[in-house]
Amino acid sequence: MDTQQEPKIKIRARKLSFFYEGGHQALFDNDLDIPERQITAVIGPSGCGKSTHLRTYNRIYSLHRGQRAEGEVLLDGENILDPKTDLLTLRRRVGMIFQKPTPFPMSVFDNVAYPLRLHFKLSRKEIEERVEAALQGASLWDEVKDQLRKSGLALSGGQQQRLCIARAIAAEPEVLLMDEPTSAIDPVATLKIEDLVLRLRERFTIVIVTHNMQQAARISDRTAFFYKGRIIEVGPTQQIFTAPKEKKTEEYITGRFG
Amino acid sequence: MEPISKPIVGERTAPTGPALINLGRPPYKTLFWRKLQDNLVQVFSVAALTLAVGVMLWILCTILVRGSEALSWDFLTKLTAPHGFEGGIGNALLGTLYITLFAALIAVPPAICAGIWLAEFGKQSFLADALRFSANVMMGMPSIVVGLFVYMILVAPMGASSGLAGSVSLAILMFPVVMRTTEDMLMMVPDTLRESGLALGLTRCRVTLQIICKAARNGMVTGVLLAVARVSGETAPLLFTAQFAQTWPNTFFNGPTASIPVLINNYGMSNFEDLQTAGWGASLVIAVLVLSINIIARVAFRDKKH
Amino acid sequence: MRDRFNFEIESLKQRLLDLATSADRALVRAIRAVDGTAEDARAIIANDASIDAEEVSIEEECLKLMALYQPVAGDLRLLVTVLKVNGEIERVADMASNIAARAIDMAEAHVEPENRFDFAPMLERAHKMLRGSLDAFVCHRSDLARKIILEDDAVDALNAAHYANARDKLLKSPAQASYILDCVTVSHCIERIADIATNICEDVVYLEEGQIVRHQKRIEA
Repeated sequence: MDTQQEPKIKIRARKLSFFYEGGHQALFDNDLDIPERQITAVIGPSGCGKSTHLRTYNRIYSLHRGQRAEGEVLLDGENILDPKTDLLTLRRRVGMIFQKPTPFPMSVFDNVAYPLRLHFKLSRKEIEERVEAALQGASLWDEVKDQLRKSGLALSGGQQQRLCIARAIAAEPEVLLMDEPTSAIDPVATLKIEDLVLRLRERFTIVIVTHNMQQAARISDRTAFFYKGRIIEVGPTQQIFTAPKEKKTEEYITGRFG
Repeated sequence: MEPISKPIVGERTAPTGPALINLGRPPYKTLFWRKLQDNLVQVFSVAALTLAVGVMLWILCTILVRGSEALSWDFLTKLTAPHGFEGGIGNALLGTLYITLFAALIAVPPAICAGIWLAEFGKQSFLADALRFSANVMMGMPSIVVGLFVYMILVAPMGASSGLAGSVSLAILMFPVVMRTTEDMLMMVPDTLRESGLALGLTRCRVTLQIICKAARNGMVTGVLLAVARVSGETAPLLFTAQFAQTWPNTFFNGPTASIPVLINNYGMSNFEDLQTAGWGASLVIAVLVLSINIIARVAFRDKKH
Repeated sequence: MRDRFNFEIESLKQRLLDLATSADRALVRAIRAVDGTAEDARAIIANDASIDAEEVSIEEECLKLMALYQPVAGDLRLLVTVLKVNGEIERVADMASNIAARAIDMAEAHVEPENRFDFAPMLERAHKMLRGSLDAFVCHRSDLARKIILEDDAVDALNAAHYANARDKLLKSPAQASYILDCVTVSHCIERIADIATNICEDVVYLEEGQIVRHQKRIEA
């Protein structure tokens, strides 16, 4: 891994702090580099701020009152925390998958076609092509090709999550944020999604927050360990899981706390 | 040769940690009282249910028996007539449809907008809380007060009662109900659905209208239908506003308009048996209407996944 | 669950140390047998089977713990180290029985005392290395382990000296070829023991520092 040339850094968080309503501070001076077209896993005990950190990358937190971030998050060198940043453009570039599958209340086809119609000028035929490609990309096509008109809500949990992934990748983002994408899904479906995430690696920069350490170990290139709003350790996943440098990391991943 | 120590799995002692304290199992309490309590609660709740359902069935049966005497095609389609003449309730039925429909037209759009605003944007702001509070007050207000209010602001200045004035008073009754159900239904849509819409690069407005409202649609429609059903039987607000007329509701916008609840009120208080029978018939008609709207709302727009 | 795992791992470590003690004892006996009677040597060979069985059992236990607990970080390194050291210790026992097998022949060979090979200095060094490596494992001393690794060269040099000596003697008195060849084998076995000690030390460095130091020419102590 060391012999490869240094990958480009897609997202660079610098001195990132985060405050909830009422001034409760959830993140403290986070510095983190997210290399392009790699999978970065974020692990840590509940409430350590890993999801909060992820949610600054597309500023989805701004939906909620009183939440604010300080510091810098540089996406290709541009600070997205700048109030002048256009959120629609930002979110077109940075897609997100949530813990619970969130299919829109419409058909499977329309779920995937929605962002296509929204963002791109495409003919009906091109949309159909791209919906199929996205569903193929999310390893869902074979299961739903005969029921594209069925409601997205009628699929199983694992299928719904893959539908959400298809919807996200149809929008052709540069970065995919995944906030515990498999925590509400059974183990077999989880493995399918992990395979999928590994395949998506060649096209997208992926940041995945996970409670499941084995999952982080299995799929990520780099792992960041969060504890109480601070980044304790970042490094190649192999190193974190065989020989972590920090005592806290060792204690967490070997199950001594958390 | 010394044997190599070989631990046997069965011999292993428990790992570290405090030992399990075993105080033995104390004598059980008798189960008699708990079972008795359980049975009593069951008996009481079944009795209460029987009472409520019984009274409802009683009412329905009475209406059915008394009302069916009057029921016929002519009864439903003919004009009302004074005592001693062959008549129906056609104009009152149409009047009620007009008044309720207009009330819904007036109340539903702004009520839904207000509900959306409360759920999506107002949230816990002062204005939103004030709006919620006044809606609660409005829902608790006696409907005759609303009737008087509309009489004062609409009927008195215009110099004549009208079906429209009746619609306005019913609309005032509907507004808070529809607004609060809309809000409740929207609040039930999980936040992650909003977030996933926004995360795809949708505007707040698009997320609300195309995704959140769509997800809450069935609940919202149910809320509207139930509100319609509730106000369609309201009598008090119509007494001063729409009043009554022996004519077809041509004068909906500027003259008294007949309606079923007011008809029931008038005929019920009359001394003539034929009018009383017609009143029972009208009661049956409105009861069936309200019931069917309720059933449609609950069955057809139930949230279903498949 | 953590408690249970700790308990399992501790008892596994204890079993490994018991195995090491048995192997060490076999080695000490084998060394004495080189200049002793055939009886001693046969006993050592007879005991080897039980050491082999325990080695297999420890390995199974290791694999079981890996499968059940999927250890990471320090736990993972410990289990991997136990697995490897376990194999190394079994080889120490093998070396002991190899030496013992030669010792049976050597005990019957008629060689004048002044012509016998003196293995004592080499044995002592190799044995010290082996003990040291196990101490380093038990006491979490990677510094000690790194020091012991450096001592391997000295044992190699002694082995080379024995080899040269054997060649000379073979030319001088070919009648004793059988004894001399046995001695070469014994010397080689002792050298292997030093190698095993070195391997264990390298495993200890990995266990404590997470760094694989095998196949590195120079290791700073």
